Amino acid sequence: MTVAWQASRRTGGELRIENVVRSFAAIRAVDDVSFTVKARGITGLIGPNGAGKTTLFNSVAGTLPINSGSVMLNGIRIDGLAPHRIFGHGLLRTFQIPRPFAEMTVLENVMVTPAGQAGEQFWNTWLRPGLVAREEKALRDRARAIIEFCGLTKVERQLAGAISGGQQKLVELARVLMGDPAIILLDEPGAGVNPGLLDHIVDRIAELRKQGLTFLIIEHNMDVIMSLCDHVAVMAAGRLIAQGRPSEVTADSKVIEAYLGGGVA
Amino acid sequence: MTGILLYLVFFLIVTLIYSIVVMGLNLQWGYTGLFNAGVVAFYAIGAYGTAVLMGPDRSTLIGGFGLPFPIALIGGMAAAGLGALIVGLAALRLRDDYLAIATFGIAISVQLVALNFEGLTGGAQGLIGLPRPLFSMFDSPNGFNLFYLGFVACMAALVYLALQTALGSPWGRLLKAVREDETAAASLGKNPAMVRLQAFVLGCTLMGLAGGLYVGFIGFVSPLDFLPILTFQIWAMLIVGGSGNTKGAFVGAFAVWGLWSVSGMAVSKLLPVQFQSQGGAIQTMLIGLLIVLTLLFRPRGLIGESETISRHAN
Repeated sequence: MTVAWQASRRTGGELRIENVVRSFAAIRAVDDVSFTVKARGITGLIGPNGAGKTTLFNSVAGTLPINSGSVMLNGIRIDGLAPHRIFGHGLLRTFQIPRPFAEMTVLENVMVTPAGQAGEQFWNTWLRPGLVAREEKALRDRARAIIEFCGLTKVERQLAGAISGGQQKLVELARVLMGDPAIILLDEPGAGVNPGLLDHIVDRIAELRKQGLTFLIIEHNMDVIMSLCDHVAVMAAGRLIAQGRPSEVTADSKVIEAYLGGGVA
Repeated sequence: MTGILLYLVFFLIVTLIYSIVVMGLNLQWGYTGLFNAGVVAFYAIGAYGTAVLMGPDRSTLIGGFGLPFPIALIGGMAAAGLGALIVGLAALRLRDDYLAIATFGIAISVQLVALNFEGLTGGAQGLIGLPRPLFSMFDSPNGFNLFYLGFVACMAALVYLALQTALGSPWGRLLKAVREDETAAASLGKNPAMVRLQAFVLGCTLMGLAGGLYVGFIGFVSPLDFLPILTFQIWAMLIVGGSGNTKGAFVGAFAVWGLWSVSGMAVSKLLPVQFQSQGGAIQTMLIGLLIVLTLLFRPRGLIGESETISRHAN
């Protein structure tokens, strides 16, 4: 018996990206980029292929170190921290190509996330089995509620490597929701997803925003960006070329030029 | 008939000792994805550690503390665990085949130390005349062997139960998450370096335990007991039994050591004397064939990996 899941403890995270630079040899993949993701809103990050969006994502999430600049989450500086430390500050992410734990069931993919599980210390499994069992039961119930919220109940017993790419994206979303996030970074949630499932993903993101979660989303599908985002930042050739409301940036001549291949002035 | 039964007791003791090594390797590879190609090094450290701690005082050798076997056994395990900690801190940042090369190099180094550090290990002669636990209480070696089979069976069962409990829990899930995708695990707040180190040290400690049990049984230790072929045999046991499943350690050890023993007897009985020295190659080829057949017909081993990890996630 599962109960309806709601985002709870740690909602609303303001992310400030300030003058971030990330280079690969002589190439500045992210070149002095600054913008703010406002708490309890959805910010879109768009741009043509090779613009540096995913590099910026990886830099913010700690997967790639930055060369200069800073990243602040709710006023706390998080750049330079390892990814697992950044998780502790409430920033969770998904990946452009889904990275489920393929040989684990969907349910256990979701149960992995919470920090500080007593059973993750092997000695507790021998010395405090009752505590581990109680925690596991509570985790399982919560994971099932999130799985139901994401529409994955039918596949919760299946190996995550055996479900569709779109479902894997939902598994990643369920995994991050289990981590009680302050802000979620979604890397192309709509890529390679069939239209029906994409509508479902968009609906879930909108519902989570209502519950107070903050999102930064990379997406190429402009319908998704227009329907979800309050604010959009546009990158091209590593630089931020525009930002503002979705209707403003889509009318911006620099954005149109970048998408049509005119380069960046 | 009695001869066969006595050999069966000997065979089962060695099989159970190897199954403990395989359980250690399964923890590292089956659950965490660590390619340890230096299994024999930690088995040897456990064996020599136990031997040095329990051996009699000898004027020409360091050690010879004459400690009771259980304490020496714990000391041997701790030595293997400490060795693994040092190696792990240095090498665990390496991935896959690079880690395999590093650990293989460590295995060779340990064997060379065993061969050349005569003051501690007795060099090529090894350490002989080591006391065997409670040996004097038995009228014959056969009685001791039967007792030791019971003791080793209890130790193997204890290791199995401890591992099943620990691995069928969030800890096992954590290890598998790191095995499946370190980057994703780190993004979910897990510290892959710490997880890898835990699995490596614990696995090597179990290998050290097995080395100590071997010394307690044989009463003798020499570098020839720790040739690289043993690492190959242990890996074969893991592949045949099925990695990612602790039960597979017993099945794999029984199958591979059984094939090795039977083929060894066949070689000694059937091959002409002048070809006996080449007989070992036939044994190795047969193990290779068993691995190939397993990979072809049961790629996940005789006992495959279960889909649900935590027993609470049902």
